[in-house]
Formats: sequence, structure tokens, C-alpha cells
Amino acid sequence: MAEKVKLERQAMCDRLAMEFQDGWIVNLGVGMPTLCSNYSDSSREIINHAENGVIGYGPLAKEGEEDRHLVNAGGQKVTPLPGMACVHHADSFMMIRGGMIDVTVMGAYEVSENGDFANWRIPSRKGGGIGGAMDLAAGAKRVFIAMEHTTRDGATKVLKKCTLPITAPGVVKMLVTDLGLFEITPQGFKLLEHAPGWSPEEIQEQTEAKLIIPDDLKEFRFRS
Amino acid sequence: MKNKIYKTMDDAVADIPDGVTIFSPGFGGVGVPRNLLAALNRQGAKDLTGVSNNAGTVDEHVDIGTLVEAGQMKKMICAFTAATHPSQVTPFTKMYNDGEIDAELVPQGTLAERLRCAAAGIGGFYTPTSVGTELAEGKEHREFNGRMHVLELPLPGDYGLIRAWKADTAGNLVFRLTQRNFNPLMAMAATVTIVEVENDIVEAGELDPDLIHVAGIYVDRLVRIPEDGIWV
Repeated sequence: MAEKVKLERQAMCDRLAMEFQDGWIVNLGVGMPTLCSNYSDSSREIINHAENGVIGYGPLAKEGEEDRHLVNAGGQKVTPLPGMACVHHADSFMMIRGGMIDVTVMGAYEVSENGDFANWRIPSRKGGGIGGAMDLAAGAKRVFIAMEHTTRDGATKVLKKCTLPITAPGVVKMLVTDLGLFEITPQGFKLLEHAPGWSPEEIQEQTEAKLIIPDDLKEFRFRS
Repeated sequence: MKNKIYKTMDDAVADIPDGVTIFSPGFGGVGVPRNLLAALNRQGAKDLTGVSNNAGTVDEHVDIGTLVEAGQMKKMICAFTAATHPSQVTPFTKMYNDGEIDAELVPQGTLAERLRCAAAGIGGFYTPTSVGTELAEGKEHREFNGRMHVLELPLPGDYGLIRAWKADTAGNLVFRLTQRNFNPLMAMAATVTIVEVENDIVEAGELDPDLIHVAGIYVDRLVRIPEDGIWV
């Protein structure tokens, strides 16, 4: 058995990005999901949509090459690409709710086996940070989640039922954690790929929900 | 043609009274009417309700958080009432936790559409956003084509503080790249629309009518940002 390793955030986001299909319009959430844009595959064209109304933007701007009027959803300066378009906020969310976004990738505090996820409020803190998450969750064709498998205290975040207030019910299609890649099926979490050195039993031990382990379980795919 | 040009930011906000609702656009630090907000901060109006994507950031820039910190705001309506990361403690966070300011949390797309609705004279709209969450509790639910929606109402405002790239004397506005964000919606939904402009305000007729983002009929006051104004 290979040495047991937890996946790095870039490898996790690479793996989700490998699922993007040619021509997809992709919305990447703030934080870890933006790492998906570091994975490129010249055989496909991906169109980036950011909630602040920019469609078809390019990589992060290098120092000295920033345009003060052009930022992504995280407020980071990005570069223009040929064909880029800008619209106002209501039009941007018209695209989101109207079903134009093929996939949105978000971070989460918790994901449950029925596809619910929670990423906007922790009851011990007053208020919440929704941003565009509820609109994206309700409107995008697919929701992918990238998050660590457990909290810093070791509690699992892959649950039978979310304990925190949810962002949307039943929408998550795919989950990547530092332990593997999971599909959310009508029967629950299906482990598709495991992190190197981790057996399905060991991943199950870190998971509250019952995992479906397919016969063709694979080792995690890294960028080549 | 009615003169819409004001000499200074202070002149343009001088009559804003206590207790009104202020729109403050901007996203990711772009398209924020920082000069008008600074002027409103100097002017000192209080008991204001603010509509904005967030309630101010942790950086040093002038934004709606400057007015929050100064105690001018009694309520914020925004898409973030807590930072996404607990380490980001803003003036708003502290005051909200201490019960010194009220807030209404609205999903960002719903916020945008409520503004559009107010501008468009529409009584409300149904959206699938927030269905099945805490935020939908108490709201009217209705099913369309097999999918549940919640009723959301328009969000009108008294004064819209706007940041534009170009303007003409008729009040027509043009924005650049992601500066646009909430600006056109707030310009069209406000009763009084006040705009700070990054370029010299040109004569009517000099902007291409086909490339205008907000028609001048929505715009009441224009101020050119001075060279020593707030640019970023």
C-alpha cells in the first residue's frame, strides 16, 4: 500500500476541473474553488462567469498588469480574454437563475448524503455570508463542492444530515475532499477515487454517511 | 436642459436628511462611490438605512463601512452580515454583535432583482433562491412548473450614490468592465441619483446613444471626481 497522504487543495481543485466539459460556463466561488482555474486543458474551452457580471475573463493579472476595473468574484484582479463581456448584477444573476451556468464550484462547512450543503452561517456567530451562494445553488445546472473532509478538530464534514443551516437542498452532484472524490447519487455518497494510501474502510471511518464503494474504485487522479 | 452638474461632492450630498435609505453599489472594491460616501460621512446624516453588497470591508478604503463605523447607519440590507472568514472583523461585525445596528440578509441575486423590480415598477417576484433554507421561513411560497419559489418584494431607495466611468450633461452614464455591478440598478431604483464620474463630463451628444448603460433621465446630479479625489 502506498504511503498515506491527504490531498493538497490544488490537487482537489484540479480533479474537479478535469470534470469540466468543452464549452461549459463555469462559476468558481471565492477561496479554494478559484484554484480550479489553475488547471488548463488545451483540448477544451471553458468560459468563466463571475457573479459581478463578467463572462469570459482570463487568468489572474500579474503584478503591474492589473486593471483597476476588472475583478473576479473574490475581488482579485483578472485579465481580459477576447470575447469577454460585462453586464450588471441583475443580468449576471439572470444568467445564474436562468440556467446558463453549467457548473458552480463552492466551498462548504458540511455536505450531506441527500446533496444538501451548508456554507453561509454558523449559528454561534451572528449574521451570515451568503453572497451569491444561494442563487448559484438554486440556479446552476450542477453544484460541485471542494472542502476538507474533517474540521480542524477532526469532526467529519461528510454527513447523513447537515447540522448547520443549509444553503440549498439536494443540489450537490460531486464532492472532492482531501481523502477522495465522491459522487452524490440518489442512494448517497459514492466513493469514486481514494487518496493515495487510503483504503475505503479508512475513508469510511472519517465519514458519518454510509459510503457506497463501487467495484471499480480507483486511485485519485492527479494532473499529468 | 436642466443643469445636473454639481461642483463638489459635498454640494451634491448636502441635502440628504436623516433617516433615509441610501444605495451604495460596488463589488470587490470596484465601482464604489467612495467620494460621495466620504462627503456623506462629512455631512453627518444619521439613522440611515444602507443597501449594499456588504457592510464594509476590513481595508482602509472609504466605503459604506466608514458610515457604519461613524454611527450614521441604523440598518444595513446586504448579502453579507458576517464575513466569510471569522478573522475578518469589520466595524459592522462588532456593532452588529453588540446590537448597535440592525441588518437584513439578502441573497445577492435576490438583492439585485429586488432593486431591478423597484426600478421597473413591478410589485414583486417569485424566485427559487433560498427555498428550503432558513431565509425562506415566513415568506409566501408558490409552485410554478413543479418547482417551489418564494415571493420577494421590491427594494426602493431615496438616494443612490453611483460611480461611473463616463457621463454627459444629460446624465447618460457609461461604466467600465466590472465597475458596472450594482451601479445601473441602484441608479435606476433610487428616487434621487447622484453620480461621481471618473472622466470629464462631456456635452450631451458626445456619447454614442447605443452604448449608454443608464439613460440620463434617471440621473439627477453629476460630480467629476477631482484629481485629488479617491480613485481606488
